[in-house]
Amino acid sequence: MKLTSTVTVAALLAAGLGVAPRDAAAQQTIKLDGSSTVFPISEAVAEEFQIAKRGKVRVTVGISGTGGGFKKFCRGEIDIADASRPISKSEMDVCARAGIQYIELPVAYDALTVAVNPRNTWVDTLTVAELKKMWEPAAQGKVTTWKAVNPKWPAQPLKLFGPGADSGTFDYFTEATVGKAKSSRGDFTASEDDNVLVQCVESDVNALAYFGYAYYAPNATKMKAVKIVNSKGQAVGPSPQGVLDGSYEPLSRPIFIYVSTASAQRAEVKEFVEFYLSKGAPLVEEVKYVPLAKHAYDLALRNFRAGKAGTAFGGRNEVGLTVEELLAREGRF
Amino acid sequence: MSAMRAGVERRKLLDKLFVVLGLLVLFAALAVLLTLFLDLVRQGAPRLNLDFVTSYASRKPEQAGILAAWVGTSLIMVVTACVAMPVGVAAAIYLEEYAPRNWITAVIEINVTNLAGVPSIIYGLLALGLFVYKFSLGQSILAAGLTLALLILPIVIVATREAVRAVPRPIREAAYALGATRWEVTAHHVLPYSMGGVLTGMIIGLSRAIGETAPIITIGALSFIAFLPESLLDPFTAMPIQMFNWVSRPDPGFRVNAAAAGAILLGMTLLMNGIAIWLRYRFRKRMNW
Repeated sequence: MKLTSTVTVAALLAAGLGVAPRDAAAQQTIKLDGSSTVFPISEAVAEEFQIAKRGKVRVTVGISGTGGGFKKFCRGEIDIADASRPISKSEMDVCARAGIQYIELPVAYDALTVAVNPRNTWVDTLTVAELKKMWEPAAQGKVTTWKAVNPKWPAQPLKLFGPGADSGTFDYFTEATVGKAKSSRGDFTASEDDNVLVQCVESDVNALAYFGYAYYAPNATKMKAVKIVNSKGQAVGPSPQGVLDGSYEPLSRPIFIYVSTASAQRAEVKEFVEFYLSKGAPLVEEVKYVPLAKHAYDLALRNFRAGKAGTAFGGRNEVGLTVEELLAREGRF
Repeated sequence: MSAMRAGVERRKLLDKLFVVLGLLVLFAALAVLLTLFLDLVRQGAPRLNLDFVTSYASRKPEQAGILAAWVGTSLIMVVTACVAMPVGVAAAIYLEEYAPRNWITAVIEINVTNLAGVPSIIYGLLALGLFVYKFSLGQSILAAGLTLALLILPIVIVATREAVRAVPRPIREAAYALGATRWEVTAHHVLPYSMGGVLTGMIIGLSRAIGETAPIITIGALSFIAFLPESLLDPFTAMPIQMFNWVSRPDPGFRVNAAAAGAILLGMTLLMNGIAIWLRYRFRKRMNW
């Protein structure tokens, strides 16, 4: 008898929680999901926005990766997709079939950082051609020492570390160095956890790895960021300054949010996106990304208010496109 | 005579050796747990305070807390317990007391045992299709609780069957002799006497469920959420998800938070086990055979 009553009480308790009265009108929820690279920014904005609204609007942020985020976005499950690369052709098609339109908004820059161990005495700068020689598919099994990349370097093993193939960082890096997204040698150590890459570079004198600037900044004393020779022939190290004036290329990239046009009709979503673009810059800096220039945010805000939908990329990533250029382009679906 | 004595001596020595070996193994296991726990506490010490359990996640590691995570985990555990307990116990009692000995029962038994070995991610995928989309429960606490209930169901069933089987046959026969029906025998005698074992199985199941990450990521647990759920259909996050998120963040400050959250999660598990032991003790005291 005791047993049945315990179970009944527990069941009633559970049911009670389920039907607890809720004030639906006062509690709107804005749903974000997607890239783990964009997550810290969206988290910071969501945190501040909820404080500013005194809890009247609820914001949730998930991490499903850029691709996973777009899947949910095109099913209409979320309002905003966090993306560390532009929407792809196949994702555009899925969204089009579901009748979901979107406004593409760059929210910050990320500087991909190529790092080596501080005891590595031979490498300070790298050219894109050298990076290509290390990472292109043809290097697999052949380019296994530093000497094989550049005869002036020692004949020590070249140990490469990078993010896994599902990551937007991997897509962009391969596009920028090898020239084709996802085209990379397979015999490097891949980890989805960037902190693992950081630890590998810190401990191995022969290591070379790439990851987002946010992972380099707090560990700057324990590793050496390599300067990259840009298209003008200058060797530039990763820094917010170099990203903003465009000299750190081709490894700096914009990261995005995609707002569903249907959700943008809702007052609280509109307010959230405007908050993101107008108050986001210091937050972006705080989580170690590089904010866009003031006028770029203004331009994005104007695009959003005008409801300028579609993507500027047409389904493929482009290296070296400035934020101003992409905001000025006609949107496509 | 002396040969016989030597044999006895040798066997006694073996006996003692086995005791020592058993103790050694036991201490090794306990030492691992203790080292792990103490290490987490040591690393997480700066964040192990009341603020940590009463604030939401934040971009600032020193302000971030686990309020949404521990509330989410607790609610999921309540749902899991409320579903797995009645279903698991009913299934076990049916199999043990009612089911006829035929091939259907045999197939069910084999499958229950097999289910215990299915990887948890498979349950996650099943739940994504079934609970989240088919039943339209969405990415909710209810869906997560049901998923984990499925996951621990085999554990609860097997443990309950063992407990029910341990109730001496004469108790049942005495009750039948006084004219009790099969249900009365089960509800008044078998179940109360086996309650200790049932609870143990339940807690082993819940202890496994509380640390599961893969299935709840699959059904869509969130990473940032700064409000408490008002109903079981609200979105959620859970302790393992929060820890996972913190461990992979660039700012080293978050690793302290992850350690602190780990210590608290272990603490929650130990607390659950403690409650189970206390309940078992109470049930045993009431038994008067």
